[in-house]
Amino acid sequence: MGVIENVPVPSPVKFILNWGRRYSLWVMNFGLACCAIELIAASTSKHDFMRFGVIPFAHGPRQADLLVVAGTVTDKMAPALKRVYDQIPDPKYVISFGSCSNCGGPYWDSYSVTKGVDQIIPTDVYVPGCPPRPQALLHGIIKLQEKIAGEDIREKWSGQLTAPSSGP
Amino acid sequence: MPETYYETYGVVLAVVIAGVGLVAVALLTARLMSPHRPLPEKLTTYECGIDPVGEGWSQSQIRYYVYAFLFVIFDVESVFLFPWATVFERLGYTAVVEMAVFIGILAVGLLYAWRKKVLEWA
Repeated sequence: MGVIENVPVPSPVKFILNWGRRYSLWVMNFGLACCAIELIAASTSKHDFMRFGVIPFAHGPRQADLLVVAGTVTDKMAPALKRVYDQIPDPKYVISFGSCSNCGGPYWDSYSVTKGVDQIIPTDVYVPGCPPRPQALLHGIIKLQEKIAGEDIREKWSGQLTAPSSGP
Repeated sequence: MPETYYETYGVVLAVVIAGVGLVAVALLTARLMSPHRPLPEKLTTYECGIDPVGEGWSQSQIRYYVYAFLFVIFDVESVFLFPWATVFERLGYTAVVEMAVFIGILAVGLLYAWRKKVLEWA
């Protein structure tokens, strides 16, 4: 166990590993509001994010690589979101989809809405819009794949980027 | 070159060996390369993010036992009867006797169900 952490990995192997990981992202659907409809639309035949290697939808967090938070995260929902994120095995990625999960969006002065999902879990890509169109999610997925392609695999494997914090 | 009856199973054996080998290599590679970081949060039962309540075991209505019982009797019987019916002429009396023994064993099960009065609906 732990070949990547303990043995120096040659660059071609890293390239192949990152190439394989970026085109096989099992997505966990965390749809909370109207953005979830756009996320589902992106998964169906018209926009079809499966052609980018994003596989809809993982049955649970243990099968997932990518968590798409689509919609309004409330302070009451936040612990559940954090638990789902913690249950996804490393290496894992998060796309924040829509203004609400980016920063609170139209609920910027609400008493109950979490102003940005990145307060709870580390976020890789933010997709703006209210709600964003499915094409925007496709763009976000391509951005995430570019990020994975250029990633330091040992840093990602170390778990420092995804370690659980003390919680919300 | 014509193959004997048992030689034709060589293909099945080769497929089994290749299948087991492929899965073993894939699982071993994943085990060697993947990060392994168990946490208390990660190891809890997945209940959509909230704490699990109660246990995984639950009771179901005992009357479903009857359906399960009868289903197994007739399901297993038909699964073997249909392929048997296509070849029993070639295999001769041995096949007929073997199938009679098989149906006899299942008939004992049906007899048992009858004695237990599970065949009485309404």
